[in-house]
Amino acid sequence: MRPAIELIDVSKIYRRYSGKQFATLKSALLQRSLVRELRPSETFPALTEVSFSVPRGSTFAVIGRNGSGKSTALKLVAGITKPTSGTVRVDGRVSALIELGAGFHPEISGRENVFINGIMLGLTKRQIHDRFDQIVDFAELREFIDAPVKTYSSGMYMRLGFAVAIHVDPDVLLVDEVLAVGDEGFTHKCLDKFAEFRRRGKTVLLVTHSLGLVETLCDEAVWLDGGRVQGQGDPKRVVGAYLTAVEQGEEELMAATTAKAVEEAEQPAPGAEPAPESTPNMFLAAEGRWGSREVEITEVSLLNGEGEASFVFHTGEPLKVHLKVNAHHVTDDFAFGIGLFNAEGVCCYGTNTYVEEMMPDRLSGQAEVTFAVNNLDLVEGTYKLDVAVHKRDGFPYDYHRLLYTFRVKSRTRDVGIYRPPHQWTFSPTVRFKVAGKPDGHQPS
Amino acid sequence: MLLNLSSLIRYRGLIWSLVARDLKARYRGSVLGFLWSFVNPLLLLLIYSFIFTKVIPNETSGVQPYAVFMFCGILPWTWFATSLSDAAGSLISGGNLIKKVLFPAEVLPIVSVLANMVHFFLGMPILIIFLVVSRHYPDALDLFWFPIAVLVQLVFTTGLALFLAALTVHFRDIRDLLANVLTLWFFATPIIYPVFQPNVQQFKWLFDLNPFTHLAVSYQEILFFNGPIGHWRWLLALGGVSVCLFLAGYWLFDRLRDSFAEAV
Repeated sequence: MRPAIELIDVSKIYRRYSGKQFATLKSALLQRSLVRELRPSETFPALTEVSFSVPRGSTFAVIGRNGSGKSTALKLVAGITKPTSGTVRVDGRVSALIELGAGFHPEISGRENVFINGIMLGLTKRQIHDRFDQIVDFAELREFIDAPVKTYSSGMYMRLGFAVAIHVDPDVLLVDEVLAVGDEGFTHKCLDKFAEFRRRGKTVLLVTHSLGLVETLCDEAVWLDGGRVQGQGDPKRVVGAYLTAVEQGEEELMAATTAKAVEEAEQPAPGAEPAPESTPNMFLAAEGRWGSREVEITEVSLLNGEGEASFVFHTGEPLKVHLKVNAHHVTDDFAFGIGLFNAEGVCCYGTNTYVEEMMPDRLSGQAEVTFAVNNLDLVEGTYKLDVAVHKRDGFPYDYHRLLYTFRVKSRTRDVGIYRPPHQWTFSPTVRFKVAGKPDGHQPS
Repeated sequence: MLLNLSSLIRYRGLIWSLVARDLKARYRGSVLGFLWSFVNPLLLLLIYSFIFTKVIPNETSGVQPYAVFMFCGILPWTWFATSLSDAAGSLISGGNLIKKVLFPAEVLPIVSVLANMVHFFLGMPILIIFLVVSRHYPDALDLFWFPIAVLVQLVFTTGLALFLAALTVHFRDIRDLLANVLTLWFFATPIIYPVFQPNVQQFKWLFDLNPFTHLAVSYQEILFFNGPIGHWRWLLALGGVSVCLFLAGYWLFDRLRDSFAEAV
């Protein structure tokens, strides 16, 4: 059976904004392309030799970061734009949910807009008439259907647009990140509608950032980055590969943030107040570095379970904070401290060797200190770290305030600060569906 | 191209519902609503009457009352000029449709022309009332030519509208240029002066080159002047030219079609 959608070596080149109207008009007229006569510096490749095919009746996801070419691919499939080279083939009637309610006229009523929008999407008046009640009920707008669309809230507007588009009853449905249109209840209704589409053997092509949805809803996924296919196949595998790449990107970003913070702390702004004599209020101070530097923290690194330096950690994995310290003269009064803050500045945890009743005896020359957490039980988010070495009474030798940033990732969307290790247990009268099935009618 | 052209017939439902939407939306929120389609030409007629009977009286014999004579040309001109300026901006203002929905772009300029044609028809009763009041009864045979003149103008205007709409996407300058060209064109057409004035006859060949001359003169002969229409050969010739213009306009539009979604 022929696939419902097929892209073969598809490239799409856009022109960058340039004033060369004559050149683009001429090439559009003679070659039906805006970019043939432009130099490479005046163009931008949105897609480069992209090939994938979507089997009939499957639900297929396109994922990737912003600007990776997802929406361009969808517009090519919808036929709104033509590929610069390559072939796009689509079998059957297509309905594209790219911008909901794109054709609505604000001055006329919802009822009239439903009819006109339906006709734009290829229905006849009679068909719309037959489906009108379903459309209005789906959009939950019965009360307001005769009010001008300009009085609608953006949610109502989108719901009506979605309701019309989905009732076109296409063979191929293209969806561009539109599930965020309504409240929770409406989103569920949309998902049910997709499930119904699947049951009836229709093809759905989905562009989305909701990776959970991709894993539960889709049969196959393709990951685009920089206009090229990076991976394709089983959604779990593709999503995993994509997340790894995102983490690498975040890692670089965290490294840059930390490097910048440390550098700025090293060079205090002119007129900055001199190092305070005692520990400033740890709940108020902004990021920075202060202290007498009799003992100096020369290097701070965050290590993951494999002992590699990292800035991105997963909930439940080990984390080690590794300090290199240089004591310029021998001292018997010292304590090492650690403070962990979340993005809102809430202290998640703080401790030091003195409060843990380690009595200092002697510190000299080069030293190394490791603070190890066996299970990093934090919820997803960005965290900042304080590290310090100070006297027992709090006088700072070297205090690094919020200089180190790292990110905790989690596949669970729990909330709060701390995730205590936990289990759920149930009596046999409580049952759950098998995970990973959107319809999930079969019990476990 | 011919395939696309035939699909225009498939879009007729879409075209008419968009025309209806345009008309509905136009006066939504105004007190007089649809009556404006009658009031607008009426007010225009009163202004011209005042100017050409009181301010600069025109006593040319055979074209009295002068305001009614002018009105025979002004109504079709308004249809023509408004259609073109609406059509020129139609793809840009409908950009959302072209960029986000699979939408036959040629529908937009055609809707501009048709919506203004409806306004033209709605202005006709005012003109007819004034014709009857001033005792200008057109011949029955003349009236047979009226739909032909309308058809010729429709094809001619649509052809130009397609040209302008497609080119304006690439050159926004056209919209500004067009307003001035239309003003010049209005005065270069025998609408507010009769074509048989001696100083017009001096440059007859120049006026003959202006397609709208033939439309305006035809309307005047059909509606205002007694006696059989003398201008029908010109009108039919213009009809032939209009069909060619329409095909050329459609061809250009079709060639540029793929560029709209990106250039809008």
